[in-house]
Amino acid sequence: MSDIQTIELAHGGGGRLARRLLRDEILPRFGDGPLRNLPDAALLSSLKGKVVFTTDAFVVHPIEFPGGDIGRLAVHGSVNDVAVCGARPLWMSLALIIEEGLPIAVLRRALDSVRAAADDCGIMLVTGDTKVVPRGQADGLYAVTACVGELMEGFSLDPSLVRPGDAVITSGTIGDHGIAVMAARHGLFQNCAPRSDTAPVHRLTASLQPLAAGVRFMRDPTRGGVSGVLAEAVEDRPVDVILTETAIPVSPVVRAASEILGIDILHAACEGKVLAFCDELIADAVVSAWRNLPEGRAAAHIGRVVEGRGRVIMETSAGGRRLVDLPRGELLPRIC
Amino acid sequence: MIMEVCGTHTMAIARHGIRSFLPAGVKLISGPGCPVCVTEPGYIDAAIELARRGALLATFGDLVAVPGSRSSLSRERARGARVKVCYSPIEALRIAAENAGSEVVFLAVGFETTAAPVMAALEMALRNGIENLSFLTAFKRIIPAMKALISDVSNRIDAFLCPGHVSAIIGASPYREIASAGIPCAITGFEPADILYALRRLIEMLREGRADVENLYSRVVRESGNTKAQQIMSRFLVVTNARWRGLGEIRESGLRLRETWSRFDAEIKHGVTITEGTHAADCLCGEVVKGKLEPEKCAHFGRDCIPELPLGPCMVSSEGTCAAHYRYLAADSVRHQTTGR
Repeated sequence: MSDIQTIELAHGGGGRLARRLLRDEILPRFGDGPLRNLPDAALLSSLKGKVVFTTDAFVVHPIEFPGGDIGRLAVHGSVNDVAVCGARPLWMSLALIIEEGLPIAVLRRALDSVRAAADDCGIMLVTGDTKVVPRGQADGLYAVTACVGELMEGFSLDPSLVRPGDAVITSGTIGDHGIAVMAARHGLFQNCAPRSDTAPVHRLTASLQPLAAGVRFMRDPTRGGVSGVLAEAVEDRPVDVILTETAIPVSPVVRAASEILGIDILHAACEGKVLAFCDELIADAVVSAWRNLPEGRAAAHIGRVVEGRGRVIMETSAGGRRLVDLPRGELLPRIC
Repeated sequence: MIMEVCGTHTMAIARHGIRSFLPAGVKLISGPGCPVCVTEPGYIDAAIELARRGALLATFGDLVAVPGSRSSLSRERARGARVKVCYSPIEALRIAAENAGSEVVFLAVGFETTAAPVMAALEMALRNGIENLSFLTAFKRIIPAMKALISDVSNRIDAFLCPGHVSAIIGASPYREIASAGIPCAITGFEPADILYALRRLIEMLREGRADVENLYSRVVRESGNTKAQQIMSRFLVVTNARWRGLGEIRESGLRLRETWSRFDAEIKHGVTITEGTHAADCLCGEVVKGKLEPEKCAHFGRDCIPELPLGPCMVSSEGTCAAHYRYLAADSVRHQTTGR
C-alpha cells in the first residue's frame, strides 16, 4: 500500500499511519514554522499590544461550494473575527475532525486551501490536531480554528459606543455565502450558481486605522447575517437603525436565488464582509478607504442610527417602512 | 377591505412595507393562502407516525417546525426520526433512489402550484421505476376556499387580490365564479408595483360598482392557465373534500391521488390515516386564516407564540400571516415581552 486513497480510523490513532499522514500531508504544507518538529505546543514571541483571541468551528455542508471550501472558510472565519476587533491577525491553530472514508483528495484540497488562505492573510499556522471518527459520526470533515492577533493602536470598539447620527457602512454585497451554500446544498442554479464571498477582511479593517477614532463598532455579518449584527448593536439601547433598501448592495444572482429560496437576504451569512458603525463625519472616508481595496469595491453607506428603542427599520424600495426581524435558528426553503 | 389569498403576497406586502403607506380607508387582510397554515395538526401526526415506523420523510422546509397534536417534525428529528428538507419534489426522487432500502414519504402539501410539480415528480418516479416513494397528500384548491369565505355571512371582504403562482396553473377564468358573486378579483405578481397596481384596479372597480376578473399578471398567467400542468394533475389526482384549519371541511377543495395510483398514496400504502388532530388550546390561527382576526389581537402573539416556538402554523411558515406580522410589523411593546416557553 504505497499511497493513501481514503482516510481510515488508523490515521487518527497515533501509530504509523497517523505519522505518515502528518509527514505526507501536514508538514509539507505547514512545516516551515513552529510546526516543523511537531511539538505539543507552539512557542510564540510576546506581543507589545493587547492580545485578541478567538475560536470558531466549521461544519459547512457541502464541504466544497462555489467560491470556496471548508479550508478557506475556517481560516477566514477566525481571521475575520480577530480583524473586526481592530486587531492584526498573527497565528492560528487548526483542528480537523475527519470522518472515516473521506477521500484523501478532498482532505488535500482543504489543506491546500488552508495554506493559501493563511498566506493571503499573512498568518502562520502554528499548532493543530487531527482526529478520525467512525463513518457516520461526522459529515466528511469538520474544522476548528483559533486565531491570535494583536490589537492595533487607535481602535476602541464596542456596540455601546454607537449613538444617534452614526452611519452604517457595508464593505460590499451582502448574503452571498449563505445563499451560495443553500443553493449548492439543493443543487440549484448549476449554470449560474451564486458564489460564496469567503475572503479575509483584515485589509479592510486595517485600512480604517487612520480613522479609528471615529469608528464605533465593526462586525463581520456571518451567521445571522446583516440583521443579526444590526440587532445586536442596538438591542436594549435607546437607538434604532434605519436602513435604506435601495442603498444595500446585493448581487443580482444572489437576489434572484434568495427570492426563489424564500430567504431574506438580510438573514443570509456573509463570509468576507464588514459592517461598520462610524461617526457620520467620516462615513465618506470609510467608504472610499474600502473602495480603494479590491475586496471593498462595492462598499456602501446603507443606513443611519437615530434615537429609538432598539429596532432595525427598513425604508423599502417601494417607499414603505417595516421592521427587520432576527433570523430564525434554521434557514428553511419554503413551499411555493 | 381587500383580502390577499396568497402567502407570497402576504410576505411581499409585509416585506415592502406596503401597509405603511396605504390610505386609511384601504385595509388589507390575509386569507388562507399559506398551505402550511391551513394544514391540520392531524397531518403532522400522520407524518410523525410514518417516521416512527421507519419511513424517511422528505419535506419542504416550512413543515418542519409546524406543531402537530403533541410534537413536531423538528422535535422528532432531534429524537432520531429521519427527516430530509427538500427544495423541490425532484429531490425526493433522488433521496428515494439513494435510499433504496427505505420507504421514502414525500409530504405533499400545497395549492395547485405545488400539486403540479409534485405530480411531475411522480411521473418521473414511474418512468424510472422508483417504487419506494409515496406521497402523503393534503393538496388544496384555492377557488372553493374563496367561495367558502364569501358565503360566510359574517365575511366583510370587498375584493380579492388573487394569487400569481396558483393562477399561472389554473388560469384566470376560474375566478369568474367569484366575481359573479359580486366580489372584484385582480390577479397580480409580487413586485411592489404589481401589488399597488392591483389594489388600484380593485378600488376603481369597487368605486364603479363593478365586479370583474382583471388579469394584471398576463406576463405569466394565461386565461386558461398552464394546460400541461392541468393535464398532469388530472392524470394522477382527483378532486376531493378537504379539511382546512380554521375553515373546516370544504367541499371539493382538495386533491388526492386517484385509486389507480394508490400504491403511491402513503395513507393507503402504509396504513396511516390523517385525522383532524388537536390544536393548541385557544390558538386562534383559524380566525387569522379567515381574515377575521389581526394576529396582534391574539393573546399569544409575540408572547408564547413566536416563530421559533410556534403554537399554531400561522406563526411557522415564512408565508404565515402571524409570522409576517411578527417579522415585519409587530408592535415593540409586544416584542419585548417575549418570554418563550
